[in-house]
Amino acid sequence: MLRYLLHKLALIIPTVFGISLAAFAFVRLLPGDPITALAGERGVSPERYAELVERFGYNRPYVVQYLEYIGRVLTGDFGISLATKRPVLGEFQALFPATLELATIALIIAVLIGIPAGIFAAVKRGSWFDQATMGVALTGYSMPIFWWGLLLIIFFSGYLGWTPVSGRIGLQYFFKPTTGFMLIDSLISGKSGAFRSAASHLVLPAIVLATIPLAVIARQTRSAMLEVLGEDYVRTARAKGLAPRRVIGLHAFRNALIPVVTTIGLQVGTLMAGAILTETIFSWPGIGKWMIDAIAKRDYVVVQSGLLIIALIVMAVNLIVDVLYAVINPRIRVQ
Amino acid sequence: MKKKLTFAAALLAASVLCGMANAKQLVYCSEASPAGFDPSPWSGGNDFDASSRTIYSRLVEFEHGKTTITPGLAESWTVSDDGLEYTFKLRPGVKFQTTDYFTPTRDLNADDVIFSFERQWKKENPWFDYLAGTGWEYFAGMGFPDLLKEIVKVDDLTVKFVLNKPEVAFLPDLGMDFASIVSKEYADQLDKAGTRQQFTQKPIGTGPFQFVDYQVDAVIRYAAWDGYHGGRQKIDDLIFAITTDPAVRAQKLKAGECDIMSYPAPADIAGLKADPNLKVDEQEGLNIGYMAYNTTQAPFDKVEVRKALNMAVNKQAILDAVYQGAGQAAINPIPPTMWSYNKEIKDDPYDPDAAKKMLTDAGVTDLSMKIWAMPVSRPYNPNAQRVAELIQADYAKIGVKAEIVSYEWTEYRERGKQKDRDGAFQLGWTGDNGDPDNFLFLLGCDAIGQSNYAIWCNQEFEALLQKGKATTDVAERTKIYEEAQVVFKREAPWLTIAHSKVFMPMNKKITGFVMDPLGIHRFDGVDVAE
Repeated sequence: MLRYLLHKLALIIPTVFGISLAAFAFVRLLPGDPITALAGERGVSPERYAELVERFGYNRPYVVQYLEYIGRVLTGDFGISLATKRPVLGEFQALFPATLELATIALIIAVLIGIPAGIFAAVKRGSWFDQATMGVALTGYSMPIFWWGLLLIIFFSGYLGWTPVSGRIGLQYFFKPTTGFMLIDSLISGKSGAFRSAASHLVLPAIVLATIPLAVIARQTRSAMLEVLGEDYVRTARAKGLAPRRVIGLHAFRNALIPVVTTIGLQVGTLMAGAILTETIFSWPGIGKWMIDAIAKRDYVVVQSGLLIIALIVMAVNLIVDVLYAVINPRIRVQ
Repeated sequence: MKKKLTFAAALLAASVLCGMANAKQLVYCSEASPAGFDPSPWSGGNDFDASSRTIYSRLVEFEHGKTTITPGLAESWTVSDDGLEYTFKLRPGVKFQTTDYFTPTRDLNADDVIFSFERQWKKENPWFDYLAGTGWEYFAGMGFPDLLKEIVKVDDLTVKFVLNKPEVAFLPDLGMDFASIVSKEYADQLDKAGTRQQFTQKPIGTGPFQFVDYQVDAVIRYAAWDGYHGGRQKIDDLIFAITTDPAVRAQKLKAGECDIMSYPAPADIAGLKADPNLKVDEQEGLNIGYMAYNTTQAPFDKVEVRKALNMAVNKQAILDAVYQGAGQAAINPIPPTMWSYNKEIKDDPYDPDAAKKMLTDAGVTDLSMKIWAMPVSRPYNPNAQRVAELIQADYAKIGVKAEIVSYEWTEYRERGKQKDRDGAFQLGWTGDNGDPDNFLFLLGCDAIGQSNYAIWCNQEFEALLQKGKATTDVAERTKIYEEAQVVFKREAPWLTIAHSKVFMPMNKKITGFVMDPLGIHRFDGVDVAE
């Protein structure tokens, strides 16, 4: 197991360098630059432009800039935002809990609904339930997030008044964040109604963010289950007279889990991407909205470091998924 | 005894709750997060709303809802005859805010004023670089590094600005956000503690509200500053709920999650107006949307060609389709609400037949050109792509083939400056300080390569521009600028498209909110009806 882990970790090192290089290049390949972006319609004179390029060090060769950047990253210094002048890591730490909280709840919703829906659809293959589930899944997968979010806001918040429009908690609740996770902080605060308010603010964004992963997980679970249900050992288990619930839950589902876990692991990336739009619609102060703002302002430092940090997190999650494989299927760690 | 204590505790809790219930709160749905709370390093309207207009004050202020200058932290001032020395008498007894992170030991004095400017000006000032890579863009953009010769402390409450050249817009410039006055005592305290960064994170000013808390990208909280020299505000708590999407801001306003919002989407205005709990204030914006010809490239170097193209455009169709009634046709390069606007000038008439003939007479046939369309919506032009399409159709009627081009926003402006740029370039401007020079400078010879996208350097216009800057008498300046507008209209370096209206939807219980022509959102003087 240790050797398996070390092997996986060794693969991460070149990937991190590759991503840091890609992030560094990506932001510089975008048209425009931070100086012009900050100047707006007023513009900036060629002399002033040259002075600022010099001050930011953007007149040096790209190789020198990259090496300096990666050197600083290796010492844990992700740089200072060009727009806000705050340390990137500090901004990330302040905003990431909001994204993590939203993504976690969205993933829980996606898994809790997606897996049972996929199993039932597979067991009742061809039934109205199967067709309806897959139809809804396809619709969910194809739904433009921005439009879907706004639709939910207009209906549930505007028309019915059941949920708040946006934000993380009612403005009447004011307390310093302890963990950054509003559900936990609202409980710690001890303020009456705070937890309820935080939870109600999570409902719509979590549903919107969960929509695509839920659809993907449901479809993947269904197809994995269908494959396993046709296997000989399942037929044997049935022939032995095992209860259908036991056959499906113990024999079929456990073996169908591997592709499902892979899919769930891959959804972390989807959640991060989906968070960009969801957070923008719901004014959710997370890293998705932060990255969008940084790209618009050509904040090189935030974009390159932010992408790198997000990539590191996605890689860490994938590593955990790899370890989970090994736990689920001992053959993998032997290989 | 135990019962008595319980009763006392209940009474205390009830009184606290009553106090909370009585606190007047105003929630403003703002459009973006501020980069920081130091009023000088940044240049976005949302930065100013969150910092300079709430927390800070300036030597002079713009009258609420107008562009005229009134005394601020300076109660009076004198200007030397040669226009080179401005001496300000500071208001005595002005208090800096007292918070849990700073307690001032003295009132505002000349040291604070000098520090506020020198930190942006002098590279040797230790605060010049306190934020890595700060360019003090507004200070530099307004030409202050070249304009200022020295700032002298005459006495504790008298400060003198000595200029290198006369600058009539100097007073309005001092009313701008970058010229907000900060506390030197607070800066010194942070210096000693080695925590300079706190200057922009936990601000201290002399304005109507003091900073309480900022949750990044989410909520900013302020409280009324009891010691405000203009008198304590009627609202106790001011909250900015940062909501980037305009449609979501509108929903929040309708749902009562905020009391007032900025920049509604044009499509939402009718719905907001129809809501019985809301009212929508509106005002002519201090802005202009225009299309600049490259006057250095043939055939746009000919006035007749530029005039003909102007006459081919149906501005009313643009106003109807793009501005949807929220704008008016622009005739001059400055908006009609601004002093010195020349009302005598008539717009080029919409006359495709005459335009076609003018082009033929100028020897221009089979003209193909580019129309540049901004990729973003701006207050002065909500949809440049649609404007370009309408102009393209109008040009087709006079036999001009136009291709619409657009680039990413920063790339767009960079390419627009290129001297060999082809065709006509859409852009616009929103005023900073209410002075006509703040609009006309866009067409100055010095602005070529920066903000003069027509690449137009007309000696007659330039001479008037410079004369206007050196004249202090307003009546005389008015005449100069009126003449400059005549030259502009005659030479037609731009197609002046429109001045847009600005809307401010709010709950009907809000009173005292005055829309500002400079586009800033001020909450001093605002009240919330019970």
